[in-house]
Amino acid sequence: MSDVTDTGAKPGGEVDDDAEVPAVGGIVAELRHMSAEERARHEAEVAEVVAPDREIEVGVGDTLLAMRDVTLRFGGLVALDSVSFEIKRGEILGLIGPNGAGKTTCFNVITGVYRPTAGQVLLEGHPLGRRKRYAITQLGIARTFQNIRLFNEMTALENVVVGADARHRTSVLGALVRGPRHHREERQAVERAMALLEFVGIADRAADKAKNLPYGYQRRLEIARALATEPKLLCLDEPAAGFNPAEKEGLMELIRTIRDDGYTVLLIEHDMRLVMGVTDRIVVLEFGKKIAAGLPAEIRENPAVIAAYLGVPDDGVA
Amino acid sequence: MNHQVVTYLAEGVDWIRFDVDALLGQFWNNTIEGLSQGSIYALVALGYTLVYGVLRLINFAHSEVFVFGVFAAYFTFYGLGFRPGPTVTLGIGELILFLLLALIAAMAVSGATAVVLERVAYRPLRRRNAPSLVFLITAIGASFVMQQVLFIWRGGNAEQAIRLLRPEPVFTVFNTAVTNIQIITVLAALVLLVVADTFINRTRLGRGIRAVAQDPDTATLMGVNKERVIMITFLVGGLLAGAAALFYLMKIPQGASYQGGFLLGIKAFTAAVLGGIGNLRGALLGGLLLGVVENYGQSLFGGDWRDIVAFVLLIVILMFRPTGILGESLGKARV
Repeated sequence: MSDVTDTGAKPGGEVDDDAEVPAVGGIVAELRHMSAEERARHEAEVAEVVAPDREIEVGVGDTLLAMRDVTLRFGGLVALDSVSFEIKRGEILGLIGPNGAGKTTCFNVITGVYRPTAGQVLLEGHPLGRRKRYAITQLGIARTFQNIRLFNEMTALENVVVGADARHRTSVLGALVRGPRHHREERQAVERAMALLEFVGIADRAADKAKNLPYGYQRRLEIARALATEPKLLCLDEPAAGFNPAEKEGLMELIRTIRDDGYTVLLIEHDMRLVMGVTDRIVVLEFGKKIAAGLPAEIRENPAVIAAYLGVPDDGVA
Repeated sequence: MNHQVVTYLAEGVDWIRFDVDALLGQFWNNTIEGLSQGSIYALVALGYTLVYGVLRLINFAHSEVFVFGVFAAYFTFYGLGFRPGPTVTLGIGELILFLLLALIAAMAVSGATAVVLERVAYRPLRRRNAPSLVFLITAIGASFVMQQVLFIWRGGNAEQAIRLLRPEPVFTVFNTAVTNIQIITVLAALVLLVVADTFINRTRLGRGIRAVAQDPDTATLMGVNKERVIMITFLVGGLLAGAAALFYLMKIPQGASYQGGFLLGIKAFTAAVLGGIGNLRGALLGGLLLGVVENYGQSLFGGDWRDIVAFVLLIVILMFRPTGILGESLGKARV
């Protein structure tokens, strides 16, 4: 009660072990002063937090999410036309297509923003049905946004903690009186959030407001926030938009690491090179319809895909 | 220099005065009394500010949430066996116990009223995606309904005052006595405001409230249960209004009245806008400032000018700082 500072993030090195949440500045300072050995141990701890032991063995190959004949109409406009595909556990599935093909709409259906007019989305065999968005997130689907949507007035750390909150249970009363359980969960959430910020490589700006972060950091922060909800499926909507080639390379590396840590990734991306380089399989949409699916090499050679991208008329000769 | 007690502006003009002597003479008295009234405004203002931050709705029925708390406190006294009449002498232990009981009752009733109001009046509109004007008129309507319910139940006259505590000077600063009631009001309000601030800034639920205030759609996609956040927001606002209700009842000369919320509600709302609506600390600052300034105004211009001073202050400050003194917060990012 004595402390009325703005946020949970306190600058300066006052790391008070059994009171309050750990100070962000303290953690960052600590990292700087670590020996190589300590640093390695710390990184192992971070990796442990980011990829915790799953209760269920990660069975690569079984279907995690299935779109079954999903149709979405807005009045007369057919945004998605009987789209079906499956995402297998442990893979990176690329979702590509020209502008307006329905890629982001697909994300919106999967995350519960829109409900399909017809057809079903199944997560681990169970239809999402009429579940609310927050409930779908708690089931294990998280996303990032094509146009960055962070909580701008919160610090980077707080943004991630909001994601982590989805996994925590404190009663209203517990939070009002700030009981021991709330205290413990707060600590865990902050530690986990900090580890995720390190994982995506932006821990040095943890205490800065999201709106003050550089563009690339904001994109990575969105990924950290989504990971904090402990998703089974991570949906990334053009995470490399606006990046230069070097930044794109770094991001591909990150996405691969996320996959290798046992997450399943659904990736919307415009940059063909990036998509081909990072995905395990690709689904192609055009005008709300699935026109192709397969390995990157197959997609590259697929005439329908080439036509869709290069705008070759259907009848060959105009 | 000027030995006149009252300085009139012109010969024969008696509807306004410009009494600098009174202003200076009662300066500290006004300041202390203003702070104690301002604390009550601030507690009620938080309810407006929280709901506005999350829903972009001016919950005009919040004044009746407050009045329900006033009645709850009044009838708690009544239920404990107190009757209107001269102040009874109580031991300090008893006094604290009874005041605490009344506080809990008022907070519980106001909190519950706010949550029920949200369920019955606003949630159905949200389900149907009603435009914001519909919410506003519903809020005004709900305010009248709740007021009239109290009128039908208790009639138009204010209840007779029940006093547990006589205002008594505890100590003197700047030759001005500070009463026990003033001290209790200011201290209790400060404690509650710190608790509320901590709750919003440092707990999971508070973070959820801020997330929804900034971007409700993104918040739900990050696993925040928006409906629950809204309920908690109304609950917290109601609890604070309930606490304000008890201090108000201890202060006013009469007992609970069905109309008691109208002017106080408007002033609390003014305080919230003055400080920067959606901004918790702004509500505190706005409340205290309003309380103090209207007391100065009363001394300077005469009693009838009190409310005019309050609202002219609002208009003047908003001309120079349209977002209030501390600026809008909670959901600054939202357009």
